[in-house]
Amino acid sequence: MSKIVKVGMADLNVAVSPDKIRTTGLGSCVGVVLYDSMIKVAGMAHVMLPSSEIARDKTNPAKFADTAIPLLLEKMEKLGAVRRRLTAKMAGGAQMFSFSTGGDAMRIGQRNVEACKSVLEQLKIRLVAEDTGGNYGRTIEMDAETGILMIKTVSKGVKEV
Amino acid sequence: MTTNPKEFDDFQFDVLKEVGNIGAGNAATALSQLINKEIDMKVPQVSVLPITEIAGEVGGADALVVAVFLRILGDVPGYMFFVLNEQSARNLVKQMTGVQSEPDDVFSDMEISALNEVGNILSGSYLSSMADLTGLNMQPSVPAIAIDMAGAILSYGLVEISQSGDYALMIDTSFFGLEEEVTGHFFLLPDPDSFEKLFSALGVQL
Repeated sequence: MSKIVKVGMADLNVAVSPDKIRTTGLGSCVGVVLYDSMIKVAGMAHVMLPSSEIARDKTNPAKFADTAIPLLLEKMEKLGAVRRRLTAKMAGGAQMFSFSTGGDAMRIGQRNVEACKSVLEQLKIRLVAEDTGGNYGRTIEMDAETGILMIKTVSKGVKEV
Repeated sequence: MTTNPKEFDDFQFDVLKEVGNIGAGNAATALSQLINKEIDMKVPQVSVLPITEIAGEVGGADALVVAVFLRILGDVPGYMFFVLNEQSARNLVKQMTGVQSEPDDVFSDMEISALNEVGNILSGSYLSSMADLTGLNMQPSVPAIAIDMAGAILSYGLVEISQSGDYALMIDTSFFGLEEEVTGHFFLLPDPDSFEKLFSALGVQL
């Protein structure tokens, strides 16, 4: 029997085939999924903020793109994953509300996406699929058996990447 | 004493509860006048939650909700959400417009506009009663509405808070009444720095 590993907000975890890994209700947050197809291990992080550098409280590394993705990589390597084999997929980074005023906090989704991309680039992990932006929430689930990422939305149905 | 919500004592919680009570009481009165029906409300719950658990309060991160969201501007910045589950939103629209929509229908533009206006009126009366009570300058931004997963919506208001901690203070009020039940929640998420001003305006020693 396969089970579903749940990843909360500002959280990360790994799943090994035949299990699946899921995070629900991504808004401006970004779900980053790393996958090693050789040993069928999937890792997922639910990133809330782009950078730990400006944060006053850094106790939770899973919250920030720059600390969550390296930590996820480390966790996966402990299970035998190899960095050069990894591929990345990501979803989320929406702008749920639009305001005429607001500034930077209002485009946090886009900043999260950019930060995740640059961290992946630094780690030389190839981004193979993304479904980001828009103004709607997403629930994502990866099957560690296939590496297929299912993306569910309220108004736009379900798609797989 | 402290301005870290996780370390508030009973007295500080009671003060916040009273703030929530007065705000929501005014909002309930406004709603009652709007639809010309009696509305009851529960004593507010004031809680400090890990930010990761807030969505659980409205049925889980992927529960479909209608939320009116606004930024509180002025002396005590923060965010405010007025959240309805889908059925409550439909019931409320029916009370206002006389049109009953089916559970599977998408909300029409008119329904969305009606809900946004309700959210606007309720949040506005909530805030203005708080401003009167505290003597602080509190203004609502133009409200925005979203119909989507609770987690996706609420996380938006947590961005600011999450830079400085993992806990948020939530003042949650439910009200009900009407022929068909309408359960709504207000979430007031003050920015971390706002507590000190709020307490000192209310004469609470820190």
